Amino acid sequence: MLPDSAATTTAATAKGEVQPGQVLLSVQGLKKHFPIMKGVFRRQVGSVRAVDGVSFDIYRGETLGLVGESGSGKSTVGRVMLQLTPATEGTVTFDGHELTSLPASEVRELRPRMQMVFQDPHASLNPRMTVASIIGEPLKEHLSLSRSDRDLRIEELLSVVGLDPTHANRYPHEFSGGQRQRIGVARAIALNPDFIVCDEPIAALDVSIQAQVVNLLLKLQKDLDLTYLFISHDLSMVRHIADRVAVMYLGNIVELASVDDLFESPKHPYTQALRSAVPVPDPVVEASRVRVILEGDMPSPANPPSGCPFNTRCPIAEPRCSEEEPEWREITGGHWVACHFAE
Amino acid sequence: MSWWGQPTIDDEESLRYPPAHVQSRRPSGIRLSQNKPALEVTDLKTVFDTQDGVVHAVNGVSFTLNEGEFLGVVGESGSGKSVTMMSLLKLIPMPPGRIDSGTVFFGGQDLLTLELDELRKVRGGQIGFIFQDPMTSLNPVLTVGRQITESLELHTDQTRREADAAAEDLLKLVGIPDAGQRLKSYPHELSGGMRQRVMIAIALACSPKVIIADEPTTALDVTIQAQIIEIVKELRERTGTAVIWITHDLGVVAGLADRVLVMYGGQIVEEARVRDLYARPAHPYTQGLLKSLPRLDQKGAELQSIEGQPLSLYAPPTSCSFAPRCKFAFDRCSEEAPVLEEIAPDHKVACWWNTETEEPRHAS
Ligand SMILES: Nc1ncnc2c1ncn2[C@@H]1O[C@H](COP(=O)(O)OP(=O)(O)OP(=O)(O)O)[C@@H](O)[C@H]1O
Ligand SMILES: Nc1ncnc2c1ncn2[C@@H]1O[C@H](COP(=O)(O)OP(=O)(O)O)[C@@H](O)[C@H]1O
Ligand code: SF4
Ligand code: SF4
Ligand SMILES: [Mg+2]
Ligand SMILES: [Mg+2]
Repeated sequence: MLPDSAATTTAATAKGEVQPGQVLLSVQGLKKHFPIMKGVFRRQVGSVRAVDGVSFDIYRGETLGLVGESGSGKSTVGRVMLQLTPATEGTVTFDGHELTSLPASEVRELRPRMQMVFQDPHASLNPRMTVASIIGEPLKEHLSLSRSDRDLRIEELLSVVGLDPTHANRYPHEFSGGQRQRIGVARAIALNPDFIVCDEPIAALDVSIQAQVVNLLLKLQKDLDLTYLFISHDLSMVRHIADRVAVMYLGNIVELASVDDLFESPKHPYTQALRSAVPVPDPVVEASRVRVILEGDMPSPANPPSGCPFNTRCPIAEPRCSEEEPEWREITGGHWVACHFAE
Repeated sequence: MSWWGQPTIDDEESLRYPPAHVQSRRPSGIRLSQNKPALEVTDLKTVFDTQDGVVHAVNGVSFTLNEGEFLGVVGESGSGKSVTMMSLLKLIPMPPGRIDSGTVFFGGQDLLTLELDELRKVRGGQIGFIFQDPMTSLNPVLTVGRQITESLELHTDQTRREADAAAEDLLKLVGIPDAGQRLKSYPHELSGGMRQRVMIAIALACSPKVIIADEPTTALDVTIQAQIIEIVKELRERTGTAVIWITHDLGVVAGLADRVLVMYGGQIVEEARVRDLYARPAHPYTQGLLKSLPRLDQKGAELQSIEGQPLSLYAPPTSCSFAPRCKFAFDRCSEEAPVLEEIAPDHKVACWWNTETEEPRHAS
């Protein structure tokens, strides 16, 4: 397979057994606010608090799932972690390097080690470039390989992700959605990264194809010792793929735990509602389920409520919840939650 | 008076959803399995003439929707779910679309033979539609209230004032807070979930016999999807409307449907009562789909993917359209297209191979 990457040592631990200890990435107090401009003079009239103070670690070799509804800030967290957009506040430490205070040139040097796979396999590949040049682009930019070595590497990458290497000179539109997503994965692993942000990598794919791409990601993780941040709104798939899961709501992480703890004994009322809202493909189970139905929608991050971000929809909210922001605390080993009443 | 002749819902009542005194229009106990057909579709074929050739989108689809029944339709994108249902009311663009054959019996008449003005009375009157993206089907320059009353004025003999009151009741019924205020809102002022609820209100406005919902929750977050599903379940219990619900989410179907059609390559490949379909899927495609799904309530084993790609529809099927991806394929599958046939009560499959006995279904 990939010769230079196969040299990597520690194999990823089996699912659910990642040993806390080796922190690859650490995010502390991260905020990202986008200015809202108005009028002819483009004055700033407010800000969208897309990410409003999140802290978490990602261990080497694990998959951290990041779930939450549309607009809750998942993609923004991923983009700020890779420094694709600057943080407003807070720090991101990658393997000992604090990225937010590094000069751009040094971030660029670390770039090969941190990659991203995007949601939309149509929009994220340049339609006028061949597959070979799409995958070859990062190789060209960061490595000084001879032309023939580069071609070899491209062929190798294509076969690693399950595509026909003889199709290297085809264009993206000649591939199906699932195949295009494989091209995106090949580009992301081209430089032997340590860490990949997978931003809804299967959301645009048919059900029968999703399992293909997920199985590929799991295989690559094992073979190449990769660490993933897996962003998704598909909780069932996150349950399948992740070791630990963080739940986002309105720019905040409200709960973080191992995948079994999170889905078997969720502590935050939002996680509980989320779990109960996900349909299970089994009519017998569905017939006996009782759902917590939340009222209303997530408020706008341009105008978040005071106190607990979830208090406008929380079924057990009390007056205190709109006054006092709940503390982010560890209630049992590795199980973090932000709710006054969680225990 | 409200839209079905019940007293108007007063405000305090409406805070509770659904309003307590809204009565079922059918006596309880005659639900389901009465098997009186509301809609009977036979041998529907729809094609599109495109630059690249003729797309055979729907290839001889036949099915029955019973009164009061909840029919789920699943299949991957491009399998012909939407074109099938849009064809029933000639809602496909013609040209390039063309309905080559078929009959659609509804209330004693074949909808495909109706003149356009008669069809318009059926659309949105006796048969309501809910689309995936409410933005494209709501009129952006009309208030929400006006869009509902327009439909009521067109399809019923209510006066403008009656229609206004009914519109407010409808918004309350689909769980929209401040219904009176919301009547004056324009679609872009509402969230995705609210817009979808407005679409449901419009579809319900004329007490249709049948509602066709095309991926109505696909674009929504799960907590909002759960709200919508709860509303639709309640409404169906109360009004006895039959529902066709198109989705690619086998989880949603499991909790909602009485019966399910599975489509692949413009055909129905399996049809069964919901529990039979999940417990004893007979078509290799259905089996593959169910094995490729992760579940939230279980720590799963490895997902089994269906290899290969969904097919293109540039030729009418002369063989089994799933054959290139099927691990059971044998000689006959490439020689002859399988036909949908009954293998157990209310369970039909289009496949030459019996995966249970591991032998061909018929001696060929
Ligand atoms: N460049 C930007 N300028 C202004 N606002 C932005 C920008 N990018 C994101 N936002 C806002 O920040 C919030 C969080 O967006 P983000 O894309 O991170 O959400 P998400 O959780 O990834 O949602 P989805 O599930 O829809 O992908 C949203 O309100 C979004 O509109
Ligand atoms: N207006 C159109 N012109 C040409 N082809 C079309 C048109 N609408 C649908 N089709 C084709 O018909 C087939 C079935 O489409 P559709 O019913 O929309 O699938 P589904 O709803 O199952 O995703 C697809 O191959 C699609 O590309
Ligand atoms: S802090 Fe209050 S509002 Fe927030 S989740 Fe807990 S109970 Fe609900
Ligand atoms: S007819 Fe043949 S190819 Fe088609 S699904 Fe059945 S076994 Fe597979
Ligand atoms: Mg996103
Ligand atoms: Mg469709």
